Amino acid sequence: MAIAEQKLTSVSPATASSGSFPWRTWLATVDHKKIGIIYIVSAFVFFLLGGIEAMLMRVQLGTPNNTFLSADVYNQLFTMHATTMIFLMVMPMNVGIGNYVVPLMIGARDMAFPRLNALSIWLFLGGGLLLYLSFLTGGAPNGGWFAYAPLTQVQYSPTAGMDYWILGLGLTGIASIAGALNFIVTVLNMRAPGMSINRMPLFVWMNLVVSFIIIFAFPTFTVGSIQLLFDRQFGAAFFNPAQGGDAVLWQHLFWFFGHPEVYILILPVMGMISEILPVFSRKPIFGYSFVAFSGVGIGFLGFIVWAHHMFGVGMGPMANAFFAAASMVIAIPTGVKIFNWIATMWAGDVRLTTAMLYAIGFISMFIIGGISGITLASPPIDLQQTDTYYVVAHLHYVLFGGSILGLFAGAFYWFPKMTGRLLNERIGKIQFWLMMISFNITFFPMHIVGTEGMPRRIYTYEAGMGWDMWNLIETIGTFLLAFSVLIFIYNVLSSLRNGEVASNDPWDAATLEWTMPSPPPSYNFLHIPVVNSRRPLWDAKYPHAAGDDHHGPSSAPSQVRYEYTDEETEGAKDIHMPSLTFSPMIFSGGLTVASLGFIYINKDILGLPTRVAALGFILIGIVMVSIAIRGWILDSRKDSPYLSQHH
Amino acid sequence: MSATSHAHDEAGQAPLVGSLGVDSRKLGLWAFIGSETLFFTALITTHLIFYARTKADLAAKGMLEHMDPKLYLGIDLTTILAAILLASSLTMVLALAATKSKEWPKFRFWLLATIVLGSAFVLGQVYEFTHLYHEGLKLAPQYVYEGETVKSLFGVTFFVMTGFHGLHVTLGVVWLIAVYFKVRRFAASPENPMDVELVGLYWHFVDLVWVAIFTLVYLI
Ligand code: HEM
Ligand SMILES: [Cu+2]
Repeated sequence: MAIAEQKLTSVSPATASSGSFPWRTWLATVDHKKIGIIYIVSAFVFFLLGGIEAMLMRVQLGTPNNTFLSADVYNQLFTMHATTMIFLMVMPMNVGIGNYVVPLMIGARDMAFPRLNALSIWLFLGGGLLLYLSFLTGGAPNGGWFAYAPLTQVQYSPTAGMDYWILGLGLTGIASIAGALNFIVTVLNMRAPGMSINRMPLFVWMNLVVSFIIIFAFPTFTVGSIQLLFDRQFGAAFFNPAQGGDAVLWQHLFWFFGHPEVYILILPVMGMISEILPVFSRKPIFGYSFVAFSGVGIGFLGFIVWAHHMFGVGMGPMANAFFAAASMVIAIPTGVKIFNWIATMWAGDVRLTTAMLYAIGFISMFIIGGISGITLASPPIDLQQTDTYYVVAHLHYVLFGGSILGLFAGAFYWFPKMTGRLLNERIGKIQFWLMMISFNITFFPMHIVGTEGMPRRIYTYEAGMGWDMWNLIETIGTFLLAFSVLIFIYNVLSSLRNGEVASNDPWDAATLEWTMPSPPPSYNFLHIPVVNSRRPLWDAKYPHAAGDDHHGPSSAPSQVRYEYTDEETEGAKDIHMPSLTFSPMIFSGGLTVASLGFIYINKDILGLPTRVAALGFILIGIVMVSIAIRGWILDSRKDSPYLSQHH
Repeated sequence: MSATSHAHDEAGQAPLVGSLGVDSRKLGLWAFIGSETLFFTALITTHLIFYARTKADLAAKGMLEHMDPKLYLGIDLTTILAAILLASSLTMVLALAATKSKEWPKFRFWLLATIVLGSAFVLGQVYEFTHLYHEGLKLAPQYVYEGETVKSLFGVTFFVMTGFHGLHVTLGVVWLIAVYFKVRRFAASPENPMDVELVGLYWHFVDLVWVAIFTLVYLI
């Protein structure tokens, strides 16, 4: 790390001017790699917070009639747990890894809009902190992660918690849309010569698809939450049936976003798996176009299945039949991917590294979650199972067994590129097996208690319903699961210090990010590469097996260590990278402060002083945003590629 | 770097024009406009759904003739507003044409005209809102028409929808002003045409949304 930093200072005008205060190079950074790491680290912290919330709930449910938590606290915990895991953990973790890896994979020096990228990370953090602030200011949100109306109206949810939820997720939502626009333009417009669309790594493909899903799915959620905010703050009654509003409208607006959201959570991870499996099977991915286009297909179909979350509402047989059929259809492209992954490993030269184990774990757990999903897509079955622990089992098999196991695969795979050191494989494998086993101990019994009728979102239950033993087992499983996460943390911390030093290409991989030093310098590529196939690095290393449709490498990996020579890094002086800037951070700070003010603009808490303070916050926010915009324009002039040509 | 042959960096390529052959900022703005389309679709749909319900309620009571909330919406004022906004799209086009031919005084004139027309629209909308408020249409789930109270979300959906459109116009005006000053200060800057083109794209979009609202909400 130190060496790379050294080089970085000697070549990058941005860092050179930064003085001796190292925080500045992070807080004012516009480097996609640093921003990616900030995303990853903060998502991981939120993962721990969400995990603590889960453990508290599991302690409460471990025994019947337990009084460890009150009903009210329990409601806050399940709302915050899901909100955290979905919006503050899996989404930003995907974005973080994507931020780091996508520009490297397509041969770019940075994202298309580096300052917008910085804006996204700080808006995401602002939103996350705002959500968590609610714990200290009178109660966290408590209406569930899908915030069903009319439970979320002020009279049923009188604390400011739901307002924090609306505005906190509003900020992370802007961050997501800005990030998605950035990914779309980066992938479409920043590819190196020869990196045609049909040569892009599948991880890049899935990020592109997900970015389109984000920009089309988020607006309805934004509109719904704006309307909810008007209900709560100004008595608008959009979703209050007692005053002529419509509670089911909220469900449509939410799930039109909510179902595509689950693909936002899973598709990037499927992309990671599609990179990892071929490398450790030493074979190209089986059916590249099928994997790519089934992702596109899932993206489209994901927009016409939302009402399978609403069978319980009673939409009538026609609507039920349509949404059931559409949901079953979406299982087809999902199944296509699974068969492609299995076929990739088939007859391959499989190396069971930790990353590979996690990838295989992903496939097997995701199959279970997919099957329970198909059962739920059938209205008669769903009417039995909806709002029971069976649904909880389903969503954890796809989200934990799917997304999170896949993210661990990605973590073990790209950690050496990001840090220059390998994670310890032995500890990793122990952790993998502990996690797999405890995951199943925790979540498999939920299928059983669910079919036995245990409702979800209850804070306690009577003894003797037949659920006691399973619940206790689940709680024990949770503690084992938490222990496996602790092992991972230990692995990261100890490997950062004295892990094996990573070569540029420790896995003998095929894509461009492995052609450069680990970690890469701020400008990434000394020279923008020219790409001739889907597996540029394999082709270079194994010329006899080169070509798009040929078999991959079969000889043993050659662990070459490339370093940029002094001469080369001397040449890198001419590479102009965008300058450090605080404007994005001030901008998002301003929006966060203004949002905080907005929460209290119409609340009768301390009377006038509260409103005055709220107004003050909004004004401060506006001033901060204005300052940031001015700084932003000046910065963009400084770095404008139009202008630098004329120097 | 064995895997990669040396291609020379961006040199010679038009700035910001990437592998897709378009300017990055323009591509991003187009994608953003796609996203915004869904935003307004959701707002307008909500309005239409609730308006249909109000109409059905009123019709069932035989009150539709004289209690239709649409009677609030004076078509005269909004027609003028629509004309103003459409005219501002025209001046925007002229401003862009002037940047392309580097006629800066002309450009400043047309951009100022756009700013003035945009501001006039916003002011007109503020006037319309206060007027409606006094007439009894408020941000509340009922309205009072000629002394009679009707339970309806018309006011709520109407103000939120048109209010968010107005907010977009306002932000557009701020953006226009920023471009105006930037171009005035750095007149010879080669990036000016693209700056103007981008704000123009956004401006036309906001204009189109108004055409949709005007047709679906005021006319039909
Ligand atoms: C084979 C494809 C899938 C089908 C057919 C399917 C079907 C369903 C259905 C019908 C429900 C509603 C159950 C109910 O509330 O009564 C549901 C819930 C859910 N699914 Fe899936 N699913 C599939 C894959 C996925 C994937 C890939 C994810 C995420 C990675 C996912 C995440 C969720 C979540 C989070 C819920 C619970 C939402 C809530 O009520 O809180 N599903 N699924
Ligand atoms: Cu769904």
